[in-house]
Amino acid sequence: MARQQTISNKLVWTVLAWILGATIFFPILWTVLTSFKTEAQAISIPPVMFDFDWTFENYETVQERSNYSRHFWNSVVISVGSTLLGLLIAVPAAWAMAFVPGKRTKDVLMWMLSTKMMPAVGVMIPIYLMVQSAGLLDSKTALVIIMMLVNLPIIIWMLYTYFKEIPGDILEAARMDGASLKNEIIYVLTPMAVPGIASTMLLNVILAWNEAFWTLNLTAAKAAPLTAFIASYSSPEGLFYAKLSAASTMAIAPILIMGWFSQKQLVRGLTFGAVK
Amino acid sequence: MGQITLKDITKSFDDTQVIPPLNLDIKDGEFVVFVGPSGCGKSTLLRLIAGLEDVSSGDIVIDGNDATHAAPSERGLAMVFQSYALYPHMSVRKNIAFPLKMAGLDKDKIDEKVSGAAEVLNLTDYLERRPGQLSGGQRQRVAIGRAIVREPAAFLFDEPLSNLDAALRVNMRSEIIDLHHQLKTTMVYVTHDQVEAMTMADKIVVLNAGVIEQVGSPLELYHSPKSRFVAGFIGSPKMNFIPGTANNDAAFEIGVRPEHLLVVTEGGEFRGKVASAEHLGSDTFVRVDVPGVGEVNARVNGDIDVNYGDEVGLQINGPVYRFDEDGLAI
Ligand SMILES: Nc1ncnc2c1ncn2[C@@H]1O[C@H](COP(=O)(O)OP(=O)(O)O)[C@@H](O)[C@H]1O
Ligand SMILES: [Mg+2]
Repeated sequence: MARQQTISNKLVWTVLAWILGATIFFPILWTVLTSFKTEAQAISIPPVMFDFDWTFENYETVQERSNYSRHFWNSVVISVGSTLLGLLIAVPAAWAMAFVPGKRTKDVLMWMLSTKMMPAVGVMIPIYLMVQSAGLLDSKTALVIIMMLVNLPIIIWMLYTYFKEIPGDILEAARMDGASLKNEIIYVLTPMAVPGIASTMLLNVILAWNEAFWTLNLTAAKAAPLTAFIASYSSPEGLFYAKLSAASTMAIAPILIMGWFSQKQLVRGLTFGAVK
Repeated sequence: MGQITLKDITKSFDDTQVIPPLNLDIKDGEFVVFVGPSGCGKSTLLRLIAGLEDVSSGDIVIDGNDATHAAPSERGLAMVFQSYALYPHMSVRKNIAFPLKMAGLDKDKIDEKVSGAAEVLNLTDYLERRPGQLSGGQRQRVAIGRAIVREPAAFLFDEPLSNLDAALRVNMRSEIIDLHHQLKTTMVYVTHDQVEAMTMADKIVVLNAGVIEQVGSPLELYHSPKSRFVAGFIGSPKMNFIPGTANNDAAFEIGVRPEHLLVVTEGGEFRGKVASAEHLGSDTFVRVDVPGVGEVNARVNGDIDVNYGDEVGLQINGPVYRFDEDGLAI
């Protein structure tokens, strides 16, 4: 009786999870499908799912009209650059907070998180003006710095929770075993923290890659990443759904592929500490 | 050599003093056990000796050298943690070799010493495994192996057996005792379990709220406790405490160990009804509800025929300990 109940319970949850998963995935699937349709089929009512004439013409047009590789390169530089710069600052910060906490450590952490609760538009004008007066509008440098600052609280929080999970006993054991601070960090701390640093890095590359507000507002042509590449197909020329979809597919493909290959690492990273 | 002297050391966390001024001498080769209830400052004291915490005042002298401000790695001591604290990303071999690697020994020498330690501790077949693939007892052995390869001046153990099940605990206890006989190195061992203290120690240090209540050999503590606290802590089952007046004694309180009471049918100092009788075969534990005194425990021979509800007498057949209002022995 009890057993039957758990089985049907499991079934209900499985079905619900699949429905939720499919709902989340559907827009992406639809975008990819639409990118292979003609503009007419893309807006046809009733919509067609698979039953249309597959065509690559949207991709060809998009390739001709804009410079995908430059946008792609800008995206790579901004997302990877901001993440690495962020780690450089966040690793020592998180070490200090996890291993030598002070009385106000918890408050500092909460304060950092609270900056994420402020809507970005709220600081849009001051930041725009600062970037402008620094002469950094439409530059990758500005975006690397802004993206780093935007994601820094998340990077520090993730690393902090990771480092917190490293038992202090083990570090003390290393000290008793005669390890200097340098050797303690090289042989004990870092190897244990590498999975945490890696998943933090992955997640933040994804966040920075997908970020659209600052990338759209602070770039024009030179430094524009793939988010701007997509946006350029949305408004000015009227709505070309098929081409917009092709551009979107090209923009999300790299990060989707990267995410697919590193999903194990990512899931572990996001649930670390929650499930032991 | 492993001679440790604590001179007037104190330790405070923020404003709370956990260890009031404390003096202690540990001789070379001695097996010293710090025992006391949870939270009394045993681990703190051990960590002060290890150098993992700084003393607030006072001096620590190891083998004649002032080690008060020396880093843990400079004190020549090895520690075994309650959680084992093995390096999870290293094989057993690398775990045991780690202190030797840090000491800069060459590879052949390290291999030789690791093999030696593995043999002593029955770990030879597990050298290539990770700590996660070992049982609790094996992990404990690895932690001990990591400590012994360095040939430290002294070993520090912080409740090393409390994560093991009862049967394994008894085994590991004798293994550590054997190890001490073999190595003859000073061992400082922390536990809250008075049975562990009694069975292992040359010298027991009883701690209560950071204060040393008494230092002595197991039998000294058993036979002549200096305070009610020590009397109640050492010995199992616990000593009975009875108001002096209940036995026409001028002392504030008297103490009688359960094994120093006889259960009799007629007479006896106290009379009451049997609340429970546990027949273990070798012994019988009898709990008697004495009106005006409370429950009194007696440990008598295994063949006695007493049962729940019987009206019996308890006759004192051994020493009576006497305490004043402050719990000090008179
Ligand atoms: N790092 C610390 N900060 C503040 N208080 C501590 C710290 N470590 C231990 N204490 C306090 O010191 C007392 C003794 O702790 P401890 O030495 O761990 O006791 P034991 O090992 O005997 O159980 C406890 O009251 C504990 O709360
Ligand atoms: Mg403790």
